[in-house]
Amino acid sequence: MQGTTTHSEKAAQFIANEPRTDWHDDTLWFVRTKRDRAAHTIEAWEGLRATASHIKEHTLSNLHDYLTQFEQNALANGVQVHWAADAAEHNAIVHSIIKKAGIDKIVKSKSMLTEECHLNEYLIQQGIDVVDTDLGERIVQFRHELPSHIVLPAIHLKKQDVSDTFHEHLGTEKDNIDPSYLTHAARLHLRDKFIASDVAITGVNFAIAETGGIVVCTNEGNADMGVHAARVHIACMGMEKMIPKAEHLGVFLRLLARSATGQPITTYSSHFHKPRKGAEMHIVIVDNGRSRQLGRADFRNSLKCIRCGACFNTCPVYRRSGGHSYHNAVAGPIGSILAPNIDMRKNADLPFASTLCGSCSNVCPVKIDIHDQLWKWRQVLMKEGYGGSGKNIMMKGMAFVLSHPRIYRMAGGMGRKVMRWMPWLFNNKSLNPWYKNREMPAPPKQSFREWYQQNKQ
Amino acid sequence: MKVGLFVPCYVDQFYPNVAIATMQLLEKLGCEVVFPLEQTCCGQPMANSGFSHISEGCNKNFVDNFSGVDYVVCPSGSCTLHIKDHLHVEGKEAEAEKIRKQVYELSEFLIDVLKIDHLTASFPFKVGIHSSCHGQRGLHLSSMSERVLPAFSKPETLLNMVKGITLCKPQRVDECCGFGGTFCVFEEAVSAKMGKDRVQEHEDNHVDYITGVDMSCLMHMEGILKRQHSKVKVIHIAEILNAHFN
Repeated sequence: MQGTTTHSEKAAQFIANEPRTDWHDDTLWFVRTKRDRAAHTIEAWEGLRATASHIKEHTLSNLHDYLTQFEQNALANGVQVHWAADAAEHNAIVHSIIKKAGIDKIVKSKSMLTEECHLNEYLIQQGIDVVDTDLGERIVQFRHELPSHIVLPAIHLKKQDVSDTFHEHLGTEKDNIDPSYLTHAARLHLRDKFIASDVAITGVNFAIAETGGIVVCTNEGNADMGVHAARVHIACMGMEKMIPKAEHLGVFLRLLARSATGQPITTYSSHFHKPRKGAEMHIVIVDNGRSRQLGRADFRNSLKCIRCGACFNTCPVYRRSGGHSYHNAVAGPIGSILAPNIDMRKNADLPFASTLCGSCSNVCPVKIDIHDQLWKWRQVLMKEGYGGSGKNIMMKGMAFVLSHPRIYRMAGGMGRKVMRWMPWLFNNKSLNPWYKNREMPAPPKQSFREWYQQNKQ
Repeated sequence: MKVGLFVPCYVDQFYPNVAIATMQLLEKLGCEVVFPLEQTCCGQPMANSGFSHISEGCNKNFVDNFSGVDYVVCPSGSCTLHIKDHLHVEGKEAEAEKIRKQVYELSEFLIDVLKIDHLTASFPFKVGIHSSCHGQRGLHLSSMSERVLPAFSKPETLLNMVKGITLCKPQRVDECCGFGGTFCVFEEAVSAKMGKDRVQEHEDNHVDYITGVDMSCLMHMEGILKRQHSKVKVIHIAEILNAHFN
């Protein structure tokens, strides 16, 4: 992790502004409570989660067959299907389609896969103007930031921030923070972009093997607007987005929006099966480490994820540290179990950005054992030596003391004496991180063991 | 019934009264309680830090200490969960497996094994309940706010048997306090902020005490309360269940 800033350092910077941290925490907690209310309206909620989990597990176990079936059906529908082994190949494929079409202005609806592949940066380097059309994504794009949440990309920003950004980029009135005014300005701005663009990139929420069709869920209708106005539609999907049949869609659509925002369903669940007459439709299926993750027995079921973001909203650490502290396209608890698969060294800190409270696993609509996987990643990463020598020595010392009862007793007794005689050694904010915001426990004269030997033996 | 008392290392060193209360309570309820003297720690601090591969000495010591009792009972949900999920010793797997099945957190032992329906304790104070995550979501000591399942709580059932007590829940009934083992120092800023927020809700409820099944969460919140010169105190559930105020 040398040379990069860790989650804990970035989190400390975030928390330094405590009122803003409280606002961020409350905002996302509000979304979590909406999710709870929505879940409680469905009596069979837990059964629905189990069904979704089983469908995804089955699909992952037969992924090769379903991907092949999907490709065959999509080809038969007149869709052009592309396979990308990694982010670079994905970006190159998208670029080649755009180049072939001879277009340099494109619109893109929300796709975490393209964030993962850093498609925007790549296309801009090639001289292609990419406009994100999801409102939250457009805001962060103006600010040269990354989304801080997979469903609510600009959730780290307040109305004033949006107003300042729009004033700078869209010429809106300074300090007008009225949401209707600001969204109207965004609407006018994006309308021009939709009309001017002949290529539309979308993500994919679900790819249906049986039909070769894809489903894209948005609340703003921006995927539809982009695709309907464009001559070329490029849909980019991670290969785990597969579900076997159209009839399975009902299970996932019922879970997705309720888990994400507490809505019964996303405003638009758009089905795309074939290109319009005279138009092109491309689907780019991306691996980028997913095969490797599928091969890791302890972590494969992280690929069940449907990107609802419920684990973000419930995570007490995410709510108080913000999405950017995770330095990864997908933040939060799910990001922390996906990221080490892509780069262990760079992301070795992320599985530690959790108290292992388990709330993430409980809200997950497809029952991913997120907190157990966080624990398991810790074991893998430390065994591989990504913890640094300081932590290694400290843990070895601790293991030694706790394996030797006599040494443990001596160390405990001495420790408590030192705490009584030299409290300054512990009550020291630069030496002892505990003491920065907390008092030390008062060391008693007698341990329980000493009491027991005196009174019970 | 022979019960091996498993006392978490930090309780042994810093909170002996919690272990004393646990022992007295179990004896009062008719158990023969032994405290294996060579016990140290369950190994969770290493394992949660990613170093379970160097905790075999600790695990072996645990098995050596706790083989030969009918039940292992511990006044901590977190340490109990760790033993239940992760105690393995090469060459002693049968003993380890037996312990994994025999280990109980105190409140679940009282409800599920001893099946007690009344207590003689009295504690005339307003008490805020802290739901410790590993006990709740790991051992299922109570229902969880995320799940759509019938509500129950073993610790609350016990506390409701105490005379004079007034129980009080925070609005976010089961949010984590932010202790998290070594998280409390490696992610100090988030840990402390979570603790402050948790404590604030209990302050708003004007409680006299905050209680829970895990002294580690309470130690963390106590540190924050003391720093803020708060009047609110922390107390382990065993101390309330064993209390006699008149």
